[in-house]
Amino acid sequence: MHADPRCVLTGTHFINGDAACCEGAIAAGARFAAGYPITPSTEIVERFAARAPEVGGLFIQMEDEIASSIAIQGMVWAGQKAFTVTSGPGFSLMMEHIGLAAMTETPVVFVDVQRGGPSTGLPTLPSQGDMMQARFGSHGDYAVIALSPNSPQECFDLAVKAFNLAEEFRVPVMLMMDECVGHMTERVVIPPAEQIPIYPRRHTKKPPEQFRLYEPGEDLVPEMAYAGEGYKIYVTGLTHDERGYPSLNPATQKKLITRLFEKIRRAADRLVMVEADRLEGADVVVVSYGITSRVAMRAVQAAREKGIQVGTLRLICVWPFPEKLIRELAPKVKAMVMPELNMGQVVIELERCAVGQCKVISVPHAGGTVHDPAEILDAIERGAQ
Amino acid sequence: MSTTELEVHNPVEDLLRQDRLPTIWCPGCGIGTTVNSFAHALLKQDIDLKKTVIVSGIGCSGRVSGYMNLDSFHTTHGRAIPFATGLKLANPELNVIVYSGDGDLASIGGNHLIHAARRNIDILVVCINNMIYAMTGGQAAATTPSSALSTTTPYGAFEPELNLVQLVDAAGASFVARWTAYHVVQLERTIEKALKKKGFRFIEVLSPCPTYFQRKNNMGDALQAMLDYKKRSKIKHGCPTWETALTPGGDIIVGEFVDREREDYLTRMRKQLGPHYSEFPPQLEEHESEGCSKEC
Ligand SMILES: Cc1ncc(C[n+]2csc(CCOP(=O)(O)OP(=O)(O)O)c2C)c(N)n1
Ligand code: SF4
Repeated sequence: MHADPRCVLTGTHFINGDAACCEGAIAAGARFAAGYPITPSTEIVERFAARAPEVGGLFIQMEDEIASSIAIQGMVWAGQKAFTVTSGPGFSLMMEHIGLAAMTETPVVFVDVQRGGPSTGLPTLPSQGDMMQARFGSHGDYAVIALSPNSPQECFDLAVKAFNLAEEFRVPVMLMMDECVGHMTERVVIPPAEQIPIYPRRHTKKPPEQFRLYEPGEDLVPEMAYAGEGYKIYVTGLTHDERGYPSLNPATQKKLITRLFEKIRRAADRLVMVEADRLEGADVVVVSYGITSRVAMRAVQAAREKGIQVGTLRLICVWPFPEKLIRELAPKVKAMVMPELNMGQVVIELERCAVGQCKVISVPHAGGTVHDPAEILDAIERGAQ
Repeated sequence: MSTTELEVHNPVEDLLRQDRLPTIWCPGCGIGTTVNSFAHALLKQDIDLKKTVIVSGIGCSGRVSGYMNLDSFHTTHGRAIPFATGLKLANPELNVIVYSGDGDLASIGGNHLIHAARRNIDILVVCINNMIYAMTGGQAAATTPSSALSTTTPYGAFEPELNLVQLVDAAGASFVARWTAYHVVQLERTIEKALKKKGFRFIEVLSPCPTYFQRKNNMGDALQAMLDYKKRSKIKHGCPTWETALTPGGDIIVGEFVDREREDYLTRMRKQLGPHYSEFPPQLEEHESEGCSKEC
């Protein structure tokens, strides 16, 4: 299945990451969105508000992020594709509903254009401070997918991908942009609709008598039915059995939560999305994601000029983390250097996977601007020793 | 002696998920009584039950959605209305009913209640007001009467209670009514009427919680609560909602207070958009196991 040509703005555009993200969502089939304004994400929904009527959809500005993050789930259970968009403080307010989407296996997309925090922090300046929140922010145990673009082009591409993954795994997918990527204007090529593959919704074909709302398929993902189709579905955030009925006992909890984890874990190798360069023979590997990967390139080039063998590994899919890849790589290098626009979040995961095999050097940053490449170069040099 | 078995068929049986009964509700609880009126109203109406959806938040009252044999959504505490808003906007053919508690809809969810009424989202909201947070064990709610005892107001509530019907009227609801769990017939008729109407419709139903509210405040058992409702209720249709405050021991003004014509959100949107709106069939094709390339 491919994108609807009537909605895709095929061509070459000079737009920022926020606009590209909006076009990606539309290309992916999202016709509905709910949101609440917050810098630096607002441009996405401003554009969507203008585009929605042209594509037969609707944007509603809700009273807050809590409302937005659950209104989109109503839209999905009514049979549509929907998303919401926010930044730091709004993302915090949405957390309960990321858990709800994970528990009810509602395919939705949350876009977080990260800004400096905590609290109101630096509203108009960049950060990557919400990465752990994307993974662990809601209460309880669940598994999600989070993607991190480093250019407006990728904001488009990964927005499409985010919707496709949400449908394939029936999980909330987080698109973790940052202020720099959101506001950066570059060339974005939007391909013809027939070159944009769309993962179709797992809408059941079974008659109501045979259908169980949470009966998993072979890949552990169940099929969906919508409200209004006669299936009399029962969707609850309570621990539920395959019918969707609450069943408050440890056995049901174990079965459900294990499956919610396992459907992502089993596909982890396939979900890994990285951009790797010169890993072969590298003494030091710079691991990064998002805007930081572009800044790090300056330091990598400088280090190479000094004769250090440096490879790069950019995480495009951050959650699930490319655990196997890191475990394979770690014994072959002296050090891994990880700059992040936070005080060291994803590096914790890197350390866990590389433990005892190589040095892991975090290059933290409090946010507000990007790294000075000299700090990263310094870390590379330390790692190479 | 031979016995003849009588087949007794409860008319609302098919509207309940039989395999989930009995309910979790305590003996004497008013919630089930209101569900009976609701189910009868649904049966009398010729609305398409297949397209009828029920949404709840969290609480004893929030369990209603799970007992109804309809498409049911049991969401998060306080957020049934925004979920219902999404459902309705994304599929205007659905009849969307929110059925939940006073704490859920008016305390934690108060902001959503106000804005759904203001936007005139085309949904029906049934609010069970037992004046307490029951499910969590009897703490004060925004509707707990001033001076009433609860586990978090052991010296009596210091705060005045919120008048929900006045609130939603002021926010712009199309239809506003109040009954008690004693008024089963009137409630049924009002629900029937509200089901037919378009726009944001709000029905408050005062309901006893013998387990927490009644007992804590020495108000006797469930029967006593019903006698109290009978004695104190005054039916005043069309009564201005600022005259409907619930005062401890005072009159309980019940009836249909507001019934006004206002364009609902979607009607207004379509009208205002006019030719700018292009109706595209949403492109959500069926999943074929081999249908999608691994590229996506
Ligand atoms: C975010 C959140 N806060 C608190 C709770 C705990 N909680 C569950 S039910 C409830 C109150 C329910 O009161 P009400 O809506 O009046 O329903 P009732 O049980 O009285 O019918 C609360 C506070 C929760 N589930 N979620
Ligand atoms: S605790 Fe109160 S509201 Fe809850 S079921 Fe019992 S009587 Fe009803």
